[in-house]
Amino acid sequence: MSRGKLDLDPATVRRARSLARKAGQPIVEMAQQHTTVAVERATLRLGGLGGADQEGTPWVNRLLDVVRADLAADGGLEHGVALPVWDALLRGEAEDLATLAQRASAGSVRFRLPEGRDATRARSASRKQVGQGIRRIDSRRRERDRLIKRFGDAPRTPWIYLIVATGDIYEDIPQAQQAAREGADVIAVIRSTGQSLLDYVPEGATREGFAGTYATQENFRLMRAALDESSKELGRYVRLTNYASGLCMPEIAALAGLERLDMMLNDSMYGILFRDINPVRTFVDQRFSRQVHARAGIIINTGEDNYLTTADAVEAAHTVTTSQLLNEYFAKEAGLEDWQLGLGHAFEIDPDVPDSFRLELAHALLARELFPEAPLKWMPPTRHMTGDIFRGYLLDGFFNLAGALTGQGILLVGMMTEAVVTPWLSDRDLALQNVRYVLESAGSLHEDFHPAPDGLIATRARQVLGETLELLERIIDHEHGLLDAIADGTFGLMRRPSDGGRGLDGVARKSAAYYNPATELLEEK
Amino acid sequence: MSATPDSADGRLVRPYGDTTGDGMVQVSFTLPLPHSKTAEGAAAQLAAKMGLEPALVVHAKPMGPDFTFFVVYGRVHHLVDTSKVRVVERDYPLLTPPEVNTAVRRLLRRRLVVVGGCIGTDAHTVGIDAILNIKGFAGEKGLEYYRELKVVNLGAQVSVPQLVERARAEKADAVLVSQVVTQRDAHLLNTREMAAAFREAYPSDRRPLLVVGGPRFDESLVAELGVDRIFGRGTTPGEVASYLVDSVRKQVEARRSA
Repeated sequence: MSRGKLDLDPATVRRARSLARKAGQPIVEMAQQHTTVAVERATLRLGGLGGADQEGTPWVNRLLDVVRADLAADGGLEHGVALPVWDALLRGEAEDLATLAQRASAGSVRFRLPEGRDATRARSASRKQVGQGIRRIDSRRRERDRLIKRFGDAPRTPWIYLIVATGDIYEDIPQAQQAAREGADVIAVIRSTGQSLLDYVPEGATREGFAGTYATQENFRLMRAALDESSKELGRYVRLTNYASGLCMPEIAALAGLERLDMMLNDSMYGILFRDINPVRTFVDQRFSRQVHARAGIIINTGEDNYLTTADAVEAAHTVTTSQLLNEYFAKEAGLEDWQLGLGHAFEIDPDVPDSFRLELAHALLARELFPEAPLKWMPPTRHMTGDIFRGYLLDGFFNLAGALTGQGILLVGMMTEAVVTPWLSDRDLALQNVRYVLESAGSLHEDFHPAPDGLIATRARQVLGETLELLERIIDHEHGLLDAIADGTFGLMRRPSDGGRGLDGVARKSAAYYNPATELLEEK
Repeated sequence: MSATPDSADGRLVRPYGDTTGDGMVQVSFTLPLPHSKTAEGAAAQLAAKMGLEPALVVHAKPMGPDFTFFVVYGRVHHLVDTSKVRVVERDYPLLTPPEVNTAVRRLLRRRLVVVGGCIGTDAHTVGIDAILNIKGFAGEKGLEYYRELKVVNLGAQVSVPQLVERARAEKADAVLVSQVVTQRDAHLLNTREMAAAFREAYPSDRRPLLVVGGPRFDESLVAELGVDRIFGRGTTPGEVASYLVDSVRKQVEARRSA
């Protein structure tokens, strides 16, 4: 077997994976033993419950809150929402979920935990109805395959990934369509900064957001329809990306599956480290959302690039590799396949460091060789973009060249006005000219690119892999493994104890009676 | 006038291309016009109205069917008078970390407590982390590195009530707030809200120092925003620490003389 361009020792690579598995397994067990309000609300959404009341509170929140309160003396959330809800439907409290939710918030329904034959009937009724939601996700996935066949796929890799972020979905749409015309293969709609900490998914088309647009089912639908139009016009399927992160990650994953989004930002630890969301809450929500993404044929993008925005890109290179290995383990455990793993990394080394470009190539190539089948997500410089747009343009050119040389799968287009303004029309055009020039002029240069086995690039890559193994071993040596490592600031210098952070009150340990038809169906395949 | 304006004490200057006094500048912009001779003429007209005379449209490129991007070079005749420039100059001595530690011990006989975070929906902790995290910024260690400073970094998306509550609980001497997102003037609105909340929660002589920072703040808006100090882009942890020490020294001296 070929040992690739870096001559990585296969035994070392196997050991890295087995350490990641060892660090990740206890987390998976913990995730299996718990549920969260967001997982239960996602289940209701898959059962067909949508919409919101007059104040904008989604019906899934309303219904879940009443069920939780009614069963408070009897364990609350710990049995899951499915049994009490479908029991109430079978008892004739309402003819459908929407009516039940309305009656429940008016205080005219009492929920109970059904037992014996009642429980069996509630299980099978919920399974049937939630199964319809899962089948809808299946049919959206088939539809994507059909459209890619009909319109054609992106003309090359890396796929060119562009961002829109106006805050207003009706401004985003023409911008996204224009970006597609200019050559974007993937459009990402950046979310409003506050959304990750909302414990509900806003409803409807939205026109107000801060530095981004709210992720809502209706916004998803509108943008996907617009890009279907563009795909038809351009003769290639243009992919749509959003964010399954924050407190509502499972629900947003479900909505993405229902509305045929193609990629989702979905990192196993991002919410913990960068949003101070409770670690248990995050890992439980993570696992469910990844199971949905696996089923929906959605490519996930992980967030390792973020570590390098707070820590030094050379010193912390091995934390990126460690996180990629953990993300891979968690992803595969949840049913995702290699082609769905857009593992993240970034071009963030201080350009004043000697040999910085060689170091970038070493890190990028290490990711490529460690995960040969994964469409890696390559993120442009942000930290060392100073406002000197001319230098920034050059840096972006080198970023593009590193991407071409190391076979990155998804290339997020860097803007020379990073850290200055949200991109102008001309910034985007100039940035795309930069990408096109580099990709076309470099051509298949990666075929000629074989770093010397004892040169700086190969040596550095092996060094980072070695440090990764050491870090994984240190994580496993903690009394409570990964949870303790997160608590003591091993990643991104942030300390996040497992009993702290936001959203902990939405977590419950599952009872013996717990039932969730969505998890059951997603795990059957 | 006897002396040529350009050389008057070096106070009066105009842009420099390759010759003193040539006034050459370069700008780029986009017009919502399809590329044509008319569009290029329109670009030259805009440049003339901006004071570029003569102006040379050196590059015009269509960006999609409805827009054209231009690069224009031209000569401006304006002079700037450096004696009339108004900026906030550093008005406190710059101290090294050991000097900061010694000064805090001498002034307070305890550690100086700093509570920091990003308020509102702003999730960008880059700024506050650069100042507070031990890692620091621009080769300087952050405030966590200073032995005599106790740093509580609340991170992102802290609400104003949370910030006030924590500042009280920690008996903060200074509150540092970072704001990166400026859409719809969020940074200004959030800062005013924060300042108002602290004024309400504290008697005026007990209120902690309120310091905001971010890449888009105008450092001269201190009074308007109701804070004690604004730091703009490129501020280093050492500058912030030195400022805090200087302000605390003034407070202590004021109390002693009162």
